Amino acid sequence: MSAADTIKVYHSAERYEKNPATREPRWVKYTILSMALGFFGLFLLLPLFAVFTEALRKGFSVYVAAITHPDTLSAIRLTLLASFIALPLNIVFGVAAAWCISKFNFRGKQLLITLIDLPFSVSPVVAGLMYVLVFGIHGWFGSWLADHGIKVIFAVPSIILATTFVTFPFVARELIPLMEAQGTDAEEAAISLGATGWQTFWHVTLPNIKWGLLYGAILCNARAMGEFGAVSVVSGHLRGQTTTLPLHVEILYNEYQFAAAFAVASLLALLALVTLALKLYAERHLS
Amino acid sequence: MNFKINDFHSGKKTLALAFLLGVTSLTGFAHAADIQLRNVSYDPTRELYAEYNPLFNKYWQGKTGDNVTVEQSHGGSGKQARALLDGLDGDVATLALGYDIDSLASKGDLLPKNWQSLLPHNSTPYTSTIVFLVRKGNPKGIKDWPDLAKADVEVVTPNPKTSGGARWNYLAAWGYALKQPGGNEAKAKAFVKNIFANVKVLDTGARGSTTTFTQREVGDVLITWENEAFLALKEFGADHYEIITPSLSILAEPPVAVVEKYAKQHGTEAVAKAYLEYLYTPEAQDIIGKHFFRPRDEKALAKYKDQFPNLQLFTLQEVFGSWEKAQNTHFADKGTFDQIKQLP
Repeated sequence: MSAADTIKVYHSAERYEKNPATREPRWVKYTILSMALGFFGLFLLLPLFAVFTEALRKGFSVYVAAITHPDTLSAIRLTLLASFIALPLNIVFGVAAAWCISKFNFRGKQLLITLIDLPFSVSPVVAGLMYVLVFGIHGWFGSWLADHGIKVIFAVPSIILATTFVTFPFVARELIPLMEAQGTDAEEAAISLGATGWQTFWHVTLPNIKWGLLYGAILCNARAMGEFGAVSVVSGHLRGQTTTLPLHVEILYNEYQFAAAFAVASLLALLALVTLALKLYAERHLS
Repeated sequence: MNFKINDFHSGKKTLALAFLLGVTSLTGFAHAADIQLRNVSYDPTRELYAEYNPLFNKYWQGKTGDNVTVEQSHGGSGKQARALLDGLDGDVATLALGYDIDSLASKGDLLPKNWQSLLPHNSTPYTSTIVFLVRKGNPKGIKDWPDLAKADVEVVTPNPKTSGGARWNYLAAWGYALKQPGGNEAKAKAFVKNIFANVKVLDTGARGSTTTFTQREVGDVLITWENEAFLALKEFGADHYEIITPSLSILAEPPVAVVEKYAKQHGTEAVAKAYLEYLYTPEAQDIIGKHFFRPRDEKALAKYKDQFPNLQLFTLQEVFGSWEKAQNTHFADKGTFDQIKQLP
């Protein structure tokens, strides 16, 4: 959006403001505004504030001790590991799927879109259970895996699998509408000028979608780090081994270590805030 | 083809083993090893094992020089048994009731069927019972089981399908009704149904119910383990809650066992067995009493005698025969628990 456009929009907004026919009475304006702000404060700011006050209730040293506890550190490592594996996988898959769906026409396209959305419509608990049924010791591959000494369920691999599954649609879902809106003109031009498929992708398609891709990746990452239901089913809850940050919060809470639980929760909240800032940044460039 | 590959691998392994043995025999002693032990347990034992594990490590280190780190996993007892069956490879199972360990033997072949005879006192190093936790001042005037069936009382208890404690709760109520003058199965069923009609939240484990009652402040009375009730008093202060001891309750026996199949895979059979046997020593029994479980050891029991209220206890065997029978009659699909949920 250029500067001239911004000025135009501003002028038109001002015009509506000044015209009594399109202006709301002051009290309506303020009621609606205060309702929105009140809601925002009550349901977003207050809980966030509560997390940090509860976390610091027993002093800063307890906070630091909770966060530097070996079990917490291992939970942080596992959470980062799971999202760092899930994220690239979903980026590659998401770009490939969005490219395929938006630039080509083929049979079963609708079916593919529905399949991509599947993790959104399946409850995360069911997703976790699916992996137990497939890889658990009585599952389809369970005895084969056990014979070969490979641990999937109740170990790190299942946590990565579950995380990848629930974050599957984010990148693709973000890119498909964007790429569909962009159409195929630029690619057609590139190809008619003699570019190969890869060249077209790297120099034409990717630059056009990079902010949308970043946006999708940020959402995907946020969900990966915060996922609870699916990993809870496949984790086995071994402290310091298979507990991710959200699961660690639950364990601490259940052990009456409320300050520590909130301290670890505040880490997740901080992650969310960083994500939010990144998201704002990406959104600016996206529009 | 397959044969050859296996041969090759095992050959390599033997070589490595021979090499290792050679090295150890050369140096004359085995180096202190770091042993990982997994204890898959139920909900209210979190604090007990958090204190017991370092004690056991000290003992084992003194005896063998090896360092034992125990990884804990906690959750509703039935859920934990399910996880063990699905492949959670715990070396020891310390669950809430015999049936859950029985199921490890019958459904998964994880340990021998006679597991309960392998350790003293039917493999239960500590016992407990079922009591009530109410809010300070006991506003609803709850004194005994019949008060829980009154229409204006809200009850919190976990789900018997997933929680061991909840099954003890259920059977304690059932047994109480049976033992009343003129008590019979039909009356007991109606009685328990009235109690469960008052239940607002069914959590999956005992600890979830405790936090529902204490943190979310749901309900007038929490039916729970005696040790869990004492712990809640200790954590939140006696000025918030009171323990009410019913006139009659069940002797809850949470057993322990080595999960032999997994321990064998890990090569931890000896240390796993020692881990459980050490629970019966005076030092461990003292910790058990400290965490409000009833010790088996006479001396420890005498020391903590004043902390446990005196009440009449019946055993599961005496009223229900065996866990298998109790499970099939009450908690299996279409058992009495399913029936009372469906009755209008």
